[in-house]
Amino acid sequence: MKPSSEIKSIIKDSLFTGLISLALFGPIVGLKTSSKGQGLFVTPHVGIVSLLVLACIIGRFLIGLNSLRKKEISFVSNITSTISSYMDNKGKHVAITGVLFAIVFPFLPFTDRYVLDVSIMILTYIMLGWGLNIVVGLAGLLDLGYVAFYAVGAYSYALIATTFGWSFWICLPLAGVFAAFFGILLGFPVLRLRGDYLAIVTLGFGEIIRIILINWYEVTNGPDGITGIPRPSFFGLPFKKFPEEGEASFHTFFNLEYSTMHRIIFLYYLILILALITNYFTLKIRKLPVGRAWEALREDEIACKSLGVNPTNTKLTAFAIGATFGGFAGSFFATRQAFVSPESFTFIESAIIVAIVVLGGMGSQTGVVLASIFLIGITEIFRDLEQYRMIAFGGAMVLIMIFKPKGILANRKPTITLKDHLNE
Amino acid sequence: MLKISNVETFYGKIQALRGVNIDINKGEIVSLIGSNGAGKSTLLMTISGVNKARTGEIIFEGKNIEKYEPHNIVDLGIAQAPEGRRIFSRLTVEENLKLGAHANERGKHFNSDIKEIYDLFPVLSDRKSQRGGTLSGGEQQMLAIGRALMNRPKVLLLDEPSLGIAPKLVNQIFLAIKNINKEKKVTIFLVEQNAKKALELADRAYVLVNGKVTIQGFGQDLLKNQDIQAAYLEGGAKS
Repeated sequence: MKPSSEIKSIIKDSLFTGLISLALFGPIVGLKTSSKGQGLFVTPHVGIVSLLVLACIIGRFLIGLNSLRKKEISFVSNITSTISSYMDNKGKHVAITGVLFAIVFPFLPFTDRYVLDVSIMILTYIMLGWGLNIVVGLAGLLDLGYVAFYAVGAYSYALIATTFGWSFWICLPLAGVFAAFFGILLGFPVLRLRGDYLAIVTLGFGEIIRIILINWYEVTNGPDGITGIPRPSFFGLPFKKFPEEGEASFHTFFNLEYSTMHRIIFLYYLILILALITNYFTLKIRKLPVGRAWEALREDEIACKSLGVNPTNTKLTAFAIGATFGGFAGSFFATRQAFVSPESFTFIESAIIVAIVVLGGMGSQTGVVLASIFLIGITEIFRDLEQYRMIAFGGAMVLIMIFKPKGILANRKPTITLKDHLNE
Repeated sequence: MLKISNVETFYGKIQALRGVNIDINKGEIVSLIGSNGAGKSTLLMTISGVNKARTGEIIFEGKNIEKYEPHNIVDLGIAQAPEGRRIFSRLTVEENLKLGAHANERGKHFNSDIKEIYDLFPVLSDRKSQRGGTLSGGEQQMLAIGRALMNRPKVLLLDEPSLGIAPKLVNQIFLAIKNINKEKKVTIFLVEQNAKKALELADRAYVLVNGKVTIQGFGQDLLKNQDIQAAYLEGGAKS
């Protein structure tokens, strides 16, 4: 094709994009209803719409021009491929540096309460992403209802802690066990399903759990949720300003000035440890027969059967173990918020977790970290935009898909022992 | 050792096997030849329990196994290198082999077993940390056979090991099959479209047409059989 005709087709594409964006933005952004006195009036926003449409046209045109150069879209793509090749060689160093950074992070000068809160949220998503990575990344079972296990963990923790008053460290494993049980419960009916069908059923499962939480008033208190969930204590030392008579509090025990930051920092380390346990466990189990069987099952179920891998047990363990970590994360969520309600466990949560796993590069542990920081971070940065910040979230996803269609860090590369043989 | 009698297998309403009878004795190499769609792969998958026989019996060492689950059948000692090799392409060569040993949990034999596989197919040893998907077709076939052998089977089912592989490598693979049979004392049931090679190698052979065994006999005799020559050995040009 001649360059001129290519330019023509790019212009055509851009105009078409403009048309689509006009159709989308026109009604959504362009027409705003407002009530003045009596009745509802529609105020058109022609200016904003034309700006948005223009931005789309120019954006599409630039992308088109870039692809014309026959090169990969250089700048960003170069950065990410440098990162991933660097990760292949120095993965371990990067991981250790990352963990060390995470450990000193709360004491860095720029870390205030807000930054720490966001970090806790990112770490929660990292943990959820790692947990789901077992199911989606390793075993290849697309689970769109992962939030169900998060919810089961949170509610089990909330109910056990408020009813029996047991400490966090007793409730946590119990919540994990409950979540694992629900993982198996979901696993059984979907054993024969694959791909799209599996995704639909898991999605339904997530909704079922949420609807049960809303309607089972006697136990879950319906949409009002459960309040007064005990805050975690530091090995029996509560984070209270005025401890009860004869009781030591964290700051009195260590002779510190009382600060609300103590509890936040403690929560930060708690989720950091939980997340690292998830990661360690995943890395270890990958080398065990069951982990290998997951990866094999993802690749080819019939080959697995003919080799004597029992697909039933293999899938169920993947669901159960993935769910357990979701349950742990849920417990943490409950104790951090001191309040749970069904509102926190909508489908969008599942979608975000799946997005983190897929955009991170299925099966890549570091990819999950980068995707969480990127996606959650971007939505936080644009928090001022209120409801439009989800546009930033969507935009971030689109960017990743354009520059790294296989995820930020596509699956690990094999280590090749004899390079000469490759060139035969 | 392995006796298949009157086996009928269906895919929904479509009948793939119409009463197959095959006997495999210990230590033999038995070949099954037939054209595309004759039901050869279906028969192997039925033996392995991946597809279940609707009627008929499969008896292995005196046990009826037609209702067994695939992993139980592997445990009994029937392993398969399936059609199209079905290598786990994103796992390394060594991980593929380890998956072969998965069912038996014979951890103590693992190192010596894997060494035997590498002796049998030295090229796999050179590539053990390479991903399965990066191997050539012939190497993948070797890996598939090696992977099945990691189960220490008594009977090895091979589904078209020559499919899409360079002739030089086909010879190498058939030589290896002979070795496996003679030295490791593994009974071989070989399904092939490459009738000449399969019949040369086989002690006995069967011909499968439209889900039914039509001809059976010693491998050497079938090579000389005129019907077989016309249909399978000379490309059917004469008929």
